[in-house]
Amino acid sequence: MKQSVSLNTAGKIARFNIFRFLFQGSIAKVKQMDPKVALKKVAISIASILLFLGLWHMGAKALYNKEADFKINKALEERGQAAADSEAACIASGNPDCQPNTLPSPAQVWASFNSLLKDHGIISADKAAFKEKTAALNAQREAENLDPIVYTGRPSFVDQIWRSLGTVFAGFLLAFFIAVPLGIFIGLSPNLKSAFNWFIQVFKPVSPVVWYLLVFMIVKTVLIGSPDDSSFTISFVSVGLCSMWATLVNTAMGVSSVDNDYINVAKVLKLGTFQKIFKVILPSSLPLIFTGLKITLSVGWMVLIAIELLAQSPGLGTFVWEEFQNGANDSNAKIIVAMFVIGIIGFLLDRIMLAIQNSVSFVKTDAI
Amino acid sequence: MSTITANKTTDFGHNGIFPSNEVMLDLKNLKKVYPTPKGDYVVLEDLNLQIKKEEFVTIIGHSGCGKTTMLSMIAGLNEISGGNISVLGKYIKGPGPDRGVIFQAPSLMPWMTSLQNVLLGVNQVFPHATKNQRNDIAKYYLQKVGLENAFHKKASDLSQGMQQRVGIARAFAIKPKVLLLDEPFGMLDSLTRGELQDILIEIWNKEKITAVMITHDVDEAIFLADRVVMMTSGPKAKIGDILNIDFERPRTRKSVLEHDDYYTYRKHLIDFLEH
Repeated sequence: MKQSVSLNTAGKIARFNIFRFLFQGSIAKVKQMDPKVALKKVAISIASILLFLGLWHMGAKALYNKEADFKINKALEERGQAAADSEAACIASGNPDCQPNTLPSPAQVWASFNSLLKDHGIISADKAAFKEKTAALNAQREAENLDPIVYTGRPSFVDQIWRSLGTVFAGFLLAFFIAVPLGIFIGLSPNLKSAFNWFIQVFKPVSPVVWYLLVFMIVKTVLIGSPDDSSFTISFVSVGLCSMWATLVNTAMGVSSVDNDYINVAKVLKLGTFQKIFKVILPSSLPLIFTGLKITLSVGWMVLIAIELLAQSPGLGTFVWEEFQNGANDSNAKIIVAMFVIGIIGFLLDRIMLAIQNSVSFVKTDAI
Repeated sequence: MSTITANKTTDFGHNGIFPSNEVMLDLKNLKKVYPTPKGDYVVLEDLNLQIKKEEFVTIIGHSGCGKTTMLSMIAGLNEISGGNISVLGKYIKGPGPDRGVIFQAPSLMPWMTSLQNVLLGVNQVFPHATKNQRNDIAKYYLQKVGLENAFHKKASDLSQGMQQRVGIARAFAIKPKVLLLDEPFGMLDSLTRGELQDILIEIWNKEKITAVMITHDVDEAIFLADRVVMMTSGPKAKIGDILNIDFERPRTRKSVLEHDDYYTYRKHLIDFLEH
């Protein structure tokens, strides 16, 4: 499943290189390992995946049967034996109209995944056709200084993923540009540290939902009268504010706990403030700053779904919510697909951060 | 301690060995007090020491007697509670590159190469030199400590001994007036320690930078020094005794070990430390 997702999001060659970049550490480790040990590790992983799928399948089947029995009994009590029989026959025939609505099985989820991809193919083709059709018209409109006609059809699942990634990336950048400089100042100055301590302690534990409401109050007023949709701004600002605390705290800690030996060297050499910060303090606190950034990115991705859902900003959160409201036959399976996609993307984001960290920081960190 | 002749303890002159009698480093009535809840803890008191230009002085004493405190006060990294320290007649104010320090831990920036580590100081001290000139200075000293093949190696990839070589190069490259060495070889195995002593003395013979070095090793103290300063145990540590080492320079380890006076000196130091 994971492979198919990346197959669709990136070209074959690019995928290979990204894969190498992300899993360099693991590849090197496997190469060093005794082939027998490596094989055993792979076998254990595969066995655990199969076990998971098996348990899931059995659990889903049990829930399915319970729901089906309930439906048949209900028909029997309310409408008699004939209705119960036709209900049972309908369920057994696999007719979508009377399927029990419960936890989908792995096979159903896989089928939904494929149908989502197919849907994406259809929408992409539709979009391309639309673009071709309107190309001449848009060129003409541009010459007349009019807005181009844009595709306003339903976004596909893959489009939703990209939008979510865009939102989380914007939120992450916001968190980065607030938390890292602020963390450095707080770490450098004990006075600023006392000034900001209450602020950090009080606002750090606030729930994403409350952050969303706060941002909503402010952004709504700031963007008053603006024709643009503010939901994207609201959701990425909320994501940034929720997730920046880990980076803020870790940066401040990293900067204030630089090895005393390095500080002494800087003192003896009488380095200027600028040099001291950029040549000594920052490089030495990079590992902690990155730990913070990694937490920020994963927290951002985690709260994103809830915030998109509230803000009605396009993305995976909205997708999940719409599927839940929709209540179609395969809605549950699509929600589970989204769950896996969210999990796998979260994992890949973490690996990207780790790879970036290892390429700039002097301390090499292993993946867990 | 009482066996030393009056002549040896009071004569701080050097019998014409030194070309200059100029006082480089002067510690006067130096005092260090740490306030504690139970009252002041006096580490050093009434410590007086004059070190001449181009002199190499080693300091030995028991652990915790305040040697490192004294050295970091000279470096300007530790505040002076009383008395004063002057370099060439000028009172010191805080740390500065006129007093180079080789720390016990190599204290290199692990994210920099050995060349970058040395350049960090060189750029600071020779801001008007061209980039090439500064590179040449850094490379010259790295060659001197035997690291001509490791200019571009990350400090974190070097062994402890190699790192301390970079530390030596960094300290000499900034051409300080006084070199302060805080047990620089304490963390090394004895083989590496011997190698580094040879490197240190070789480069020192060329540069003749006034040096103050703390050590626990009696043989190292004798081999390197013109004078060995013995400190009494704390609290209220002061200078207990000073021993002149009259070996000719340049010295080799062999000539020092075979010298008639070597064991007299050694016995003197060990007697002091054991009483």
